[in-house]
Amino acid sequence: MAEENKGNGNNGKSVGLLDRVKTGVKEDLASLTTDLPAKAKEQVEILKKPTKTQLFTSIFRHKHDDTPRNRALGVLSNVFLHLHPAKINRDAVRYSYTWGMGGITFYLFFVLTLTGVLLMFYYHPSKVQAFRDVLYLEHDVPYGKLLRNMHRWAAHLMVIAVELHMFRVFLTGSYKKPREFNWTVGVILLVLTLLLSFTGYLLPDDQLGFWAVTVGTNMARATPLLGHEGPFGSQLGMTPYNDVRFGLLGGSIVDANALLRSYIWHCIGIPIIASVFMILHFWRVRKDGGISGPAPVVLDSEIKEAKK
Amino acid sequence: MDWKQLWQILSAPDNIPIVAMIPLLAFYIFLAWRQAHANDVLIEQLAGDPALAKTHHRKAWPFKPGWQKEVHVWPFLLRVEFLAAIIVTIILMVWSITLNAPLEEPANPNLTMNPAKVPWYFLGLQEMLVYFDPWIAGVVMPTLIIIGLMVIPYIDTNPLGCGYYTWKQRKFAIGTFLFGFIILWVSMIFIGTFIRGPGWQWFWPGQTWDHNRLIYEVNRDLPDIFGITSNWAKGVFGAIVVGGYFTLGGLAVNAFFRRHNAKDFKRMSLLQYSIMMTFFLTMVALPIKMGLRLLFHIKYVWITPWFNV
Repeated sequence: MAEENKGNGNNGKSVGLLDRVKTGVKEDLASLTTDLPAKAKEQVEILKKPTKTQLFTSIFRHKHDDTPRNRALGVLSNVFLHLHPAKINRDAVRYSYTWGMGGITFYLFFVLTLTGVLLMFYYHPSKVQAFRDVLYLEHDVPYGKLLRNMHRWAAHLMVIAVELHMFRVFLTGSYKKPREFNWTVGVILLVLTLLLSFTGYLLPDDQLGFWAVTVGTNMARATPLLGHEGPFGSQLGMTPYNDVRFGLLGGSIVDANALLRSYIWHCIGIPIIASVFMILHFWRVRKDGGISGPAPVVLDSEIKEAKK
Repeated sequence: MDWKQLWQILSAPDNIPIVAMIPLLAFYIFLAWRQAHANDVLIEQLAGDPALAKTHHRKAWPFKPGWQKEVHVWPFLLRVEFLAAIIVTIILMVWSITLNAPLEEPANPNLTMNPAKVPWYFLGLQEMLVYFDPWIAGVVMPTLIIIGLMVIPYIDTNPLGCGYYTWKQRKFAIGTFLFGFIILWVSMIFIGTFIRGPGWQWFWPGQTWDHNRLIYEVNRDLPDIFGITSNWAKGVFGAIVVGGYFTLGGLAVNAFFRRHNAKDFKRMSLLQYSIMMTFFLTMVALPIKMGLRLLFHIKYVWITPWFNV
């Protein structure tokens, strides 16, 4: 029985397998000549419409033919653009009303981040290296001079843009109800912009920055209560070695520690804080009803006095 | 006239933003004024014609009939933003190629720069050091400016002029802001940049910076003029003068505000009113103190053993 079974089994199997392989190969060969060309044709058809591919539709969630729906989706389904609403008041895009200064400020912050990161590759915040790094940057690094110039002028431009933005918001009364809180956030951002610029001033470690920061931080000596030369400072035990200026500089003079501190505030500390406040600022612009105008004028006679 | 000196100051790379700010500010003030004027004319017209006011679209630059009230952000806003980004980039590129960022000699604590100037946006505060002690000019004033700006929305109770340019509906608010921004902030930056020379002395534009110039100014303190000699009396006298300024000034502003801004006066709570008064009087005190110093050579008004004002 065992032999029979064994023999039969072996014979039957080996014959069947060979046949199956034969027919299988035949089928495969036949398919190569029929199915593959068909598939290739199909593939060409698919590639003719790249926007229908899975890859494309997984990245871009909607169609792009010019319909109102797609225009709206183009903004709403994009993480970078969805700060905007899909539609806005026709007048709100008028440049003479907004002056575009808020947006330009943000764009300059972006430019400064980009150029700043590139500058960081070439800069050591140490007394020995800092000034040489700037010289190296100016004379040896490809486009280094352009990079540094751009960072500096963008910083100046940002201060101007911030001030003009505040000026416009004031003149249009845009800080009034319901945007009061966003104005205070804006004031904080103004201060942070000035601090960002000021902390960057010391970094080249040249005479200009050194004396500007010396003059600037010397004022901190005179802080009431917290500075050793300020009113009631010495009465509270303030000395040059424990007052608020010491904390700012990491020492009693503008030296290596001051350089490191201003570097860290400039490149890490304040940008993070400013980013948080910017998120808040933009979020509130939307939540407070978007841009404030140009609104229809209101007459004095139409104001109803609130009951107290 | 020292043209070379003038050109050196005007063309110093770090001063370019300030030179650029003059036409920029002038342009934007013109832009704002033009719209404010148009709105004011419209407001006057509507106020005189209640029937028209009910149907009017109330904008100086109205829709044309058939226009949709809203437009899509894509492309109508995004193209403006994109264009702005391109223009700013071009300006920055040209600026960066043509002008080099300043780089002086390596920092040297033993060699004082004269004049040693802070970055231009803080020059207003540095200019204030002439008239006030550092604890006021460098610490108290910036703090008050920041807090003062922050409280604006909470003390301005005037509901008019929200979202459009106007002058006639917000004379007090806009006048005060222009005074603070243009006269106190921007013009101090100009003085600090273009006029202050070595030793922080006053050099008219075009005057040669003379590093050896000495000016013997005999500054007096206000109590000296009145022949007060004892420290104790000086402290009390100063407190009376400063207190008197805030009391009398407050009464004067109050008299003006109550009459010419009656509606705001009625709307404001006591807290809002007193905060507004404090900041307003403190701001006005700056030019007064500057005048005292420049015209009468008075250094301090209030002298105590701990601080001087």
